[in-house]
Amino acid sequence: MHADPVGVLTGAHFVDGDHACSEGAIAAGCRFVAGYPITPSTEVVERIAERFPFVGGMFIQMEDELASSIAIQGAAWGGKKAMTVTSGPGFSLMMEHIGLAAMTETPCVFVNVQRAGPSTGLPTMPAQGDMMQARWGSHGDYEIIALSPNSPQECFDLTIRAFNLSEQYRVPVLFMMDECVGHMIERVVIPPAEKIEVYQRRMYEGPRENFLPFEAGNDLVPMLVKAGDGYRIHVTGLTHDEKGYPDMTVGTQATLVRRLVDKIRLHTDDIIRFEEQNIEDAEIVVVTYGITSRTAIPAIEQARAKGMKVGHLRLVVVWPFPEKRIRELAGRVKAFVVPELNLGQMVYEVERCAAGKSKVLSVPHAGGTVHQPKDIYAAIEKSLRG
Amino acid sequence: MPEELYELETAVPENPIEEYLRMDRMPHIWCPGCGIGTTVNCFARALETSGLDLDKVAIVSGIGCTGRVAGYVRLDSFHTTHGRAIPFATGLGLANPGLKVVVYSGDGDLVAIGGNHFIHAARRNVDMTVILINNMIYGMTGGQVAPTTPIGATASTAPHGNFEETFNLPFLAESCGAVYVARWTSYHIRHLTKSIKEALAKRGFSFVEILAPCPTLYSRRNKLGDGLEQMVYYKDHSEIRNGADTKSVALDFQGKIVVGKFVDRERPTYLDAMNEHFQKRLGDRYVPSDEMRQILHAQNRN
Amino acid sequence: MAQVVEKPKKSVGGVIIIAERCKGCGFCVEFCPPEVLELSSQYNAKGYHPPILVNKDGCTGCDICGMVCPDFAIYGFIMKKKLKEVK
Repeated sequence: MHADPVGVLTGAHFVDGDHACSEGAIAAGCRFVAGYPITPSTEVVERIAERFPFVGGMFIQMEDELASSIAIQGAAWGGKKAMTVTSGPGFSLMMEHIGLAAMTETPCVFVNVQRAGPSTGLPTMPAQGDMMQARWGSHGDYEIIALSPNSPQECFDLTIRAFNLSEQYRVPVLFMMDECVGHMIERVVIPPAEKIEVYQRRMYEGPRENFLPFEAGNDLVPMLVKAGDGYRIHVTGLTHDEKGYPDMTVGTQATLVRRLVDKIRLHTDDIIRFEEQNIEDAEIVVVTYGITSRTAIPAIEQARAKGMKVGHLRLVVVWPFPEKRIRELAGRVKAFVVPELNLGQMVYEVERCAAGKSKVLSVPHAGGTVHQPKDIYAAIEKSLRG
Repeated sequence: MPEELYELETAVPENPIEEYLRMDRMPHIWCPGCGIGTTVNCFARALETSGLDLDKVAIVSGIGCTGRVAGYVRLDSFHTTHGRAIPFATGLGLANPGLKVVVYSGDGDLVAIGGNHFIHAARRNVDMTVILINNMIYGMTGGQVAPTTPIGATASTAPHGNFEETFNLPFLAESCGAVYVARWTSYHIRHLTKSIKEALAKRGFSFVEILAPCPTLYSRRNKLGDGLEQMVYYKDHSEIRNGADTKSVALDFQGKIVVGKFVDRERPTYLDAMNEHFQKRLGDRYVPSDEMRQILHAQNRN
Repeated sequence: MAQVVEKPKKSVGGVIIIAERCKGCGFCVEFCPPEVLELSSQYNAKGYHPPILVNKDGCTGCDICGMVCPDFAIYGFIMKKKLKEVK
């Protein structure tokens, strides 16, 4: 269905990524945000605080990130599309509740505008050091979806996609921005509401008798209800059966956790999104995501100008990782070059999927600023030589 | 009087509170003599006479023995993470202000790990009813010391006795801004039921502390007998002082227990304050949420 | 034809005991105002002694046992008696 025109600021804007993310959330139908100030993400909630009273939304600055990350889940069960926003240190605090959202299949969006870590690190400077944490940060087996925008325009567009995915799969979706994309100001075009596709939450409206809130059909996603509809549901983070009742047995654990994980793993074809340039004849593929995808472009162009056959694969959905595509390319290409604003995280996924059939070169950076294109160029050259 | 002339008019009734419980999950996990079940019994009776539409009452628990209450009550129920029932309940109540939200959890959950959330929800006067079962211990995990364990009592992580000062919970709740503060024990079944009913009817952050025995851990470790002996201690040592100054109601080890309704006052709730402020500041441009608009409309008509 | 002219006896109470649910905590026995309950010598399947009503005429049906029971294993009710139809 289409976005609710209330709140859609159709037109061309000149805003930074953080603000574009706020507008994307509003356009997606988000009407509950709980957050806590943390650089460089604070502008997202500041704009939400400004805009929400005019669009029927409710913003509350909670006392910490732990409260924020669970208040949004209360709001989701109250019937709202909900989001929280943070950066590294707050992201770490939210880990338990990302797990809770995965376990209870609560649709909600967590925005992480990454900064250099670990710990307090460089609060005002970019990094991409939370990528593995996004996938594995909470305890236990679960799957999440994570996206990586590379421009303020994508901060708008992909926030809408994040909400849509979270509603469709009843899973927490992590929006992995970085300080550079968050604070860069560019032209953002917001289309008319009728051109914005918004996923409508699938609510169960059938009889109360024998209703199993956590029973799923073939798509492995149960239908949702909300508190107050009279279904008298029970939602727990304990291992539970289809009724939602705790059932702490080995068999139920296997069934439940398997379904939670398969819910994503069996639908990767629909979820995964990446962009490719010049892949067909590539001997080297530069794999990037987020801001690094833009700093890689001058390096790739320089290499191509010198006759090197370099292609570019940009991850838009970072988790689930596009294993199938990397496996297809491995063996066909000589090497993958993976520049990241960290000391090597997604490169391990590329290595794993390349399975030794191609070389994999990491171009690490401890963070604080973006790569120099010359460093990425040097890696491309090296990968062709070696 | 010839018995054969009389017959029973009433059929043997069903237990009236079973309607409020998930009977398909009985028996529950609480120990023999544990007071939590008694408080749930009283809660069910309070619900019965509250006049509330039970489809619109939601209960949120944290983790612990008392945290299991959400799983046994037949309402929309949420068993959340340790210490975070109150912020979950905040989000739930703000997303749908038509719901009556009850938080039912233990002392460790609500004021140790959950302490920060407790004080802020009370400060904001978020509309919710918080029922805190105080058994002075972390029961589920095997009997560790809690911020409510009295000085001198032993616990598994205070094996030589606790020396930390405890929270005076009614004082804490009042000083943070709660509009209704009461303390009872699980012995005071009628008072407690009435208090829960009042707290449910009260708008704003309402707080009821209920002392309950933990026979397996707190009582056993401290050689206080079983649940029944703790209940008798509650009976013999409680003093009802409605309106008492909450500063004076601190508890100590097997000492006097001051019970009663201590605070019942008026403050604008979080949503009252928010709506009034935005209406004043933004005038016609203020757009409340759909659910909020319905409630405001109903309020204006009254 | 017999006609009953005396006022009927006052209401008498009864209890329903769900013995299998009882955990033998003794709250009902202790706090029963007319003291008409005792833990029986029978065991339930879990090995606890459920209560029994030892004085049927003494029970007032006040349901204090029902309110105090942590296991929802007992509740009281008032039995209303009425005159049988006399032909």
